[in-house]
Order: sequence, then C-alpha cells, then structure tokens
Amino acid sequence: MKTNRRNFIKAGTFTTGGLFLGINFLASCKADVPLPKDLSKLNFKDFNSYIRISEDGYVSIYSANPEIGQGVKTSMPMIVAEELEIPWEKVHVEQTGLNSNWYERQVAGGSQSIRQGWDGLREAGATAREMLKQAAANRWEIDVAEVEAEQGAIVNQTTKEKLHYGQLVEDAAKLEVPEKVEFKKPKEYKIIGKDVSNVDLHKIVKGEPLFGLDYYEENMLYACAIRPPAFGQKLESFDATKAKSLDGVVDVFRFGDKIAIVANDTWTSFKAQKLVEAVWTSDEKLESSEDHASVLDTLLSAKNSEVLRNDGDVDQAFKEADEVIERTYAAPFLPHNCMEPMNFFADVKEGSARLVGPIQTPKWTQGRVAELLKIEAENVTIDMTRMGGGFGRRLYGGFALEAAEISSVMKRPIQMVFTREDDMTQGTYRPASKYKISASIKDGQLTGYKLKEACINGNMYGLIPNFFPAGALKNYRVEVAKYDSNITTGAWRAPYTNFLASCEQSFFDEIALVLKKDPVQMRLDLLENVKGNTDEKIEYSAERLQDVIRLAAEKSNWGKAKEGVHQGFVAYYCHNTHVAEVAEVEMVEGLPMVKKVVCAIDCGIVINPIAAKNQAEGGVIDGVGHSMFGHFQFKDGKPSASNFDKYRLIRMTEAPKVEVYFVENELDPTGLGEPTLPPAGGAVANAIFKASGRRLFNQPFINAFVDNNPLM
Amino acid sequence: MAQFKLHVNGTEKIVEVSEDMPLLWVLRDHLKLVGTKYGCGIAQCGACTVHIDGVAMRSCVLPVSQIENGMKITTIEGLSQNGDHPVQQAWKELDVPQCGYCQAGQMMTASALLADNKRPSEEEIKQAMHGNICRCATYNRILDGVKLASKKM
Repeated sequence: MKTNRRNFIKAGTFTTGGLFLGINFLASCKADVPLPKDLSKLNFKDFNSYIRISEDGYVSIYSANPEIGQGVKTSMPMIVAEELEIPWEKVHVEQTGLNSNWYERQVAGGSQSIRQGWDGLREAGATAREMLKQAAANRWEIDVAEVEAEQGAIVNQTTKEKLHYGQLVEDAAKLEVPEKVEFKKPKEYKIIGKDVSNVDLHKIVKGEPLFGLDYYEENMLYACAIRPPAFGQKLESFDATKAKSLDGVVDVFRFGDKIAIVANDTWTSFKAQKLVEAVWTSDEKLESSEDHASVLDTLLSAKNSEVLRNDGDVDQAFKEADEVIERTYAAPFLPHNCMEPMNFFADVKEGSARLVGPIQTPKWTQGRVAELLKIEAENVTIDMTRMGGGFGRRLYGGFALEAAEISSVMKRPIQMVFTREDDMTQGTYRPASKYKISASIKDGQLTGYKLKEACINGNMYGLIPNFFPAGALKNYRVEVAKYDSNITTGAWRAPYTNFLASCEQSFFDEIALVLKKDPVQMRLDLLENVKGNTDEKIEYSAERLQDVIRLAAEKSNWGKAKEGVHQGFVAYYCHNTHVAEVAEVEMVEGLPMVKKVVCAIDCGIVINPIAAKNQAEGGVIDGVGHSMFGHFQFKDGKPSASNFDKYRLIRMTEAPKVEVYFVENELDPTGLGEPTLPPAGGAVANAIFKASGRRLFNQPFINAFVDNNPLM
Repeated sequence: MAQFKLHVNGTEKIVEVSEDMPLLWVLRDHLKLVGTKYGCGIAQCGACTVHIDGVAMRSCVLPVSQIENGMKITTIEGLSQNGDHPVQQAWKELDVPQCGYCQAGQMMTASALLADNKRPSEEEIKQAMHGNICRCATYNRILDGVKLASKKM
C-alpha cells in the first residue's frame, strides 16, 4: 500500500549553529502548517523528525519511534544517514519523546516502523544532502550538477576540492528547501545492507540505565498496586493496618477498584502489598477456561457468524465433494511476559503531568492521561525509555495511567511497578481462540475451503481474511464470531495470525496427504492459481511466496532429512512479508524436540542484516516456544500461573538452531518484527506429525506428550 | 532496618535497609546500580544474576543479611573496568541483544561459567545458560556469544 504523501521539510539554523531538517512522515495530515519565513526566528516546534549537523561535521539523528528490541533506534536513523551520505561513525542517535507536532505514528506495532517510515526517512536525509550540495555549489559559484556528496563532504567534481558538512551547514540552512529530491539507487548504498551494531549496545553490555525501571529522579517514591485477583471482581473494602506499620511505607490508598501502596523503595512496596487484606466482590460471572472452550465450540457450530470473504460457491463444492476434511484447532490465552515488568514514572503537578517509561503507544497514553487528570493533552509530556520487550503488551498503557493517578494523589513523582505476578495475572492477553477448517476434495482436486474463527473479544481484522490461501481457490470462505469476556485481551505479537497460520498450515499438510502430493509442491501449485488474480485485497505476491518456498526447501534439503530427523514445512504471508520455514523435529525419550528451523524471508531490502537476522531468529524461537509450551488457563476468573515457575517459556536447551536466509532484491522494505513467528507453530506441528504420527490440534503441543506435567 | 557493609565492584558501601531485602533491590534502589534486573523475584529467570565471590547467584532471592562480611559482590557494572571483559567483547561483536533487558544476567552467568570452565562444550554452555530466560529468544546468539568469549579467555 502506497501512501499518498506530500512531504514538507523545513530547515533552519539553531542558536548554537547547525542545520535542522524536519520531516513529516505522513505529511498530508499536516499540510496546513506554514513554512517559517524567517529562519533565524524559527520555532523548532514546527519541525517533525530532524537531523542536526554540527559545525564540526557530526550529525545527530533523532529516533522518534519506540524501541522495544526490534531495533528501530538503529535501523531508522541508518536510512536517514544513508541518504544524507554521512559515514555511520559520525552519527549520533538520540531518542525523542512524544511530539505530535513533529512526528506521525510514534508507535511500535504491526511491524510497520520501517515500512511506513521508509519514504519519509529517506526524504529527510536526501533533502539535507541536496541543500548541502547547493550550499557548496553556491560557495564555489558553480552549478550544483558539478558537485557530489561523498561521506560527509561535498566534492567539487572538477577541482576535487572538498567542503565537509560542518563547513556548509550554516549556508545550507538558509537555502530554500527543494520540493523534490532523488533517492539513491540500492546499489549505491553504503550503510543500508551493512551490519550496524545496536546503538545502545555499549550501554547494554555495561548495565547502564536505559529501561523504564532504571529511570530515577530525586524525591521519587516507589509504588505498586493491588488489582482485583480475578477478572470480574470489584474491591469492596480493605485493611491496610499491617502494611502501613511497615517501616518505609508512605501511604496505602484506594483508587477505583485498586489499592496503591507507596513506599520509599520498590521492595518495601512489594512486601507491603502482601500485607494488605482486601475483600473482593463480584456481580459478574467469573469465567473459566472450560466455559470458553464450550462457548467457542458453540460459536463454531452456530450459523450467525460474520462472513469476511466469500469466493465462488463453497456450499456447492462441499455438496459435490468425494471427500471432506474437517478439523478444529484450539489455543489458549497467552500472557506477553515482557522481561521488564510493566512500570511507569509519573510526576503530576497542578495542570501538568510528566511521564517517562516504556510504552509502544505514547500518543494514546498522552490523551488518556489528559482525560484522567482533566488537563490539556499539550500539558502532558511523555518520554520513552528503551523497553524490556513489548510483544504488544505495551500498546495498552493502563499502567501509565495508574502511575499518573498515584502521583496525582501523592503530589510526588512516583515510579509504579508491577511485580512479575501482577504482570502475568493482570495482563492484556492473546485471546483464546478456535478455528474450524474444512476442505472439499473431488476427483483428486481441492475444490473448496472454508475457515471459521471463534475468538474471545475480537476477530481477525484488516486484510488477514485475504492472506494465502485466499485467491488460490475458486470456492473459499472465511467467517468469524466472537464472545465478549471480562478477561482483558489484546494484540500479542502477530495478532490472530500467530495461531491462525499454525492451524491453516497444519491443515494444508493433511490436504497434501489426502491428495498424495508433496506439501511443498502442493503450495507451489496452489500459488500458481493466484497469479493474475486482480483482486486488490490479495496483497501477497504468489511469485514472492513461491520464491521463499523454493529457498527454504533448498536450504533445508527438504525431503532429504537424515534418519530420525523429521521435517515440517510452512509458507505464510503477514505484515507485508513472505516467509517459509522448515522445522526439524527429533523424538528424544518420547518427547518431540525441535532441533532446527530453516527460515527463508522476503522482506524487501534488508536495512540492517545483523539485527534483522536476530529479529527473525527470535521470532521463530518465540513461535516454537509458545506453540510447544504456552499454557495458560483461567479458573473462576483467575489465571493458572503467576510466575515463571508455573508458566513455561522456552529456554536455551529447548531453543532450536535457526538458519535465516533473506531473498535479495531491491524492493521496498516490509515488516520483520512479527512475520517469522506465525509460521513456526505449523512447521513444528507438521514435523511432529512425521516424527510421532500424531496430528496436533491443540496448543501447547507438549500437553499431548506429557501427563501430569507439574508445569501444565 | 539495619546497617550492612557490602563490597560491591571493589568498593565498600554502607546501606541501611530491612534485613530481608534481597540484594537485587539494595543494588537497584539503594546503590543505584540498575544494571542488575528484576525479572521474576523467585530465581526463575536469571535477570538478576550477580557474582558473589565469583559464583553466579540470583540476587532477587538473596536477603542482604545473608551476605557475609568480606564477600565480594560483582555486578554487570563491575564485570570489567571498560566494558571489555571477553563476554562483553563477544556480545558487542555479535550484536547479541534485542531488547537487552535480560542480557546483564546472561553475561553474568556466562562469565561465571567461563571463569570456571574456559572451554565449555556446547552442551555445557546450554546447561549453564538454561536458567536465564530471554523473552526475545536471542538464544542462538547468546550461545555463539559464549563460544566466542570462550575463545577470548
């Protein structure tokens, strides 16, 4: 999807010298902001993202998007630096806070930071470069065509004379901003496509303060909270006598249906949390996983569902079928379990609030804090720290609101922290869901396909119903139904597709078996049908998906595994990226062990290969881990696990070796934070079938092999 | 509240805290050494790993009162003077972290392993690192990082 944009860029000198360039990522929304006429009186609040060039030739590039470990604090500035034509060694990256006047989409979500920033970031760099070229040409009194930008300097192509950016910055800043600039060709790239270390790496390895929990201010107090232990409960009363008598406890008070505990340090607030005696009531149903299982089954068999895509005549195809395959798949709720528990710093004063912390959606948070405190949004500042993981959890900043509320009561700066138990039991979970998938087969051909989703609180959205295999089959239907629960749910890395892909791709394996086709060949054949499809909703490319399928098959030696090694194949498209994976499973003492995953990806131009590979590997292992072990149930509104002793996350001994291969092309970059995760579960399921003869329909898979596992 | 004398990263520190306060929180909130991370509080994730007399320990379950006088505590901030311990070098060369939150604990476990066993086998590395969760699942790179650091020891 191309955004129709009309970028504006503004430049000016800073009081300390230096060129600033602003750019609006989706400028059409902001086209009415006037260009400043007097550059020396420029109000920098008019700027969007910007570059600052110092007089000694160093460049600061501001990173506006939240960093959750996906690497955008490095890769987004790389794109600016590339077009600016500055050596990376001369670049200093700084994280900016929320500034809606300057930036659009300061969000970490949907694997969209690079894809949606691609044009805007290049424009920021290229515009500065062209202005510096013009400044040099003016100085030498020659045409701009006679100069080139090379590694932080403008070179006179005739005399070979050089002026570095710092010598030109002041002149450049006074020039008119060019309306149109040309981008470099991919073969000219010097930074994009090269391995660049994470800009925070030197701080991470030395343990320097970076994360939300590391944030500290003088005079700050520490707080935690007690929230209803079961979804659907309300606070009736509480006794804080014991908690308040604890040395170091500053205050304990009610806010809404929660209790705040404020202390002089984190540990004391945690300790006091356990001493508060609260009475909870409920007038709502306290739900259990058994209830969800039956309600989802009911939804799957009910007739009144919403049809999201309906091609051909599915019912007729099933009526005429020689054979019908029908399977139902189930997955539980999942907590996000970011390693850094939820937390936020807030300093609320009369009429204003200052918040600092890890948040994927700073703008949303600003608006909600303003509403809560009944103040103007412009008086709420949000600074973003590096985040100890996001995975979707930090899209929902309720914790930041809690921090603001506690600070407003205390009239002191506070840091509000979730214990691990709070984090796991007060989640915004991946919703439990079931899928029923059916295929009709006639004369040895797949003639019809229908999929029904039953899910808690929401359904697949956007173009998901049009992902592969949509477009490949004449008779095809996707329908959805949901059940509204009082358990809070939300986006969890690759929402919906994180389980949907696993089900569909496992189902494909069964179809292939019935059709007596190789699973790889069957997918390649299906994709042939997509070619020439003019449906605009079919945004995946059959050719690109076929390419990754072939690449994964080749790199994994598909079909030629050693004895005892069993391969499972998957190809999937999501977050604008095409991925194929081959999982290798061995049975060890009766248990399936995922030893290796080969992953082929087409995400267009790879900005930073060393980080992209890490991201892809992590996504695969995350997908393997949760499909194998992610077990989370509710009993009367209470979660079954509250810490890592009862909730099993994948660990090093269980992590497969992941081999990552990128398709090399010059196409615009697409998402990478999520797309390698959804295929992993299906690849594992298909490999386990070959290894054990057992077809798995319910996640986590390990439950099929373990009785009375204390962790399950 | 009681007073405790702690030897942290080569310096003597005096803190006045509750006796049952885990070392983790003494380090983080009272000594402002925030490199050591809170992950679970029950010794299950390894984010809080520090060295006590060279041995990797989970600081989140270690009450400050149990640290005997003279015991040397090393945190990630004290692993090396300039961030150039072989493990830190390897982590930088391979660009190991994603979010980075668990990595101090990973590096402290890895450095304790290598101090004890300079040339661990792959299986020994995996076993030693099993107690440290990385939610971003950078496990392949952590494994490579320990192997590379081993070569530098």
